[in-house]
Amino acid sequence: MNELLSPSGYFFVALTLCAYALGTLIQRRWRYALLNPIVLAAAGIMAVLTLLDIPNETYQAGCGILSYLLTPATICLAISFYEQFQTLKKQLPAVLLGVAAGTVSCLGFLWVVGKLLGLDRALLVSLLPKSITTAIGLSLSQELGGIAAVTTACIVVTGALGNILGPWLCRLLKLRSPIAQGVAFGTASHVIGTSRAVELSEMAGAVSSFSLTIAGLLTVVLLSFLAQYI
Amino acid sequence: MKYLRQILLIFLFSFLGELLHALIPWPVPASIYGMALLFAALWFGILRIEQVKASGSFLVSILSVLFVAPLVNLLDCWALIREHLLSIGLMVFVSTVLCFAVSGLVTQRLVRKEDGHE
Repeated sequence: MNELLSPSGYFFVALTLCAYALGTLIQRRWRYALLNPIVLAAAGIMAVLTLLDIPNETYQAGCGILSYLLTPATICLAISFYEQFQTLKKQLPAVLLGVAAGTVSCLGFLWVVGKLLGLDRALLVSLLPKSITTAIGLSLSQELGGIAAVTTACIVVTGALGNILGPWLCRLLKLRSPIAQGVAFGTASHVIGTSRAVELSEMAGAVSSFSLTIAGLLTVVLLSFLAQYI
Repeated sequence: MKYLRQILLIFLFSFLGELLHALIPWPVPASIYGMALLFAALWFGILRIEQVKASGSFLVSILSVLFVAPLVNLLDCWALIREHLLSIGLMVFVSTVLCFAVSGLVTQRLVRKEDGHE
């Protein structure tokens, strides 16, 4: 089975697309936020890989085309951001302050709780970049001496959490302004959250992609300066 | 040809982003440089929005699917995370909600204030 599937350039991509489509169907049918298509698809694939005894490495290699598209797809977020920029320009201070407040409170919380729980430095440093996009977070974590796999996992889980809880949190906190929604999604849950914000409104998606960039850069600057005190 | 030309442009910006990422020693990924470059190109009128819009919208619409494979990577570090599952899970969950709430509420308050001045 393994020998048959691993050289195929299409099987794992097809599996991923099927799992995602199935996840979308399930979410439409039951309309329950926890039934997130990304999470459902990943859970299904993990089950399939474990059952068929296929190593994750083989799966990841087979999905190469999907990770290949990640950079161009992320870059294209600039298009809707450009389209919304005229409206956004007036609100730039509000957006920047929101992103800064969110980033600082997130890092502060993680640092304080990590110290209280007595996590060792390597683990704490792996957790700190959890709200920013994988590519920035991963290199930052390595720079500071963190564990790459833990950082990746925390970043992806954070994104999934924002993606799942975001719409519900917006209702709970009465975040009705699409600009505020975008800032919240982008700052707390980077690109994965942004992919959900895009579905709420074009403005929320545009602000979210801008916020995730600013949050990422701010986290790099803050952690690089404060690394010696962690 | 239209889609081919658009894809070509988008891949060109991806390449330029990678180039900057390779040349500049900051932990900033290629996609962020690419985003900034594409925005700048549109802003300064080097590109018109119709030249990238159709293919770009398609790529953005499939963005969610692209995150399935990274999440499956959880399989690899499950053992390490399981050891500290409670504390890591709690920190990740609470900090995400906190960050979402603080950034969203601060922005909403400031946006409203500015509206009031007008």
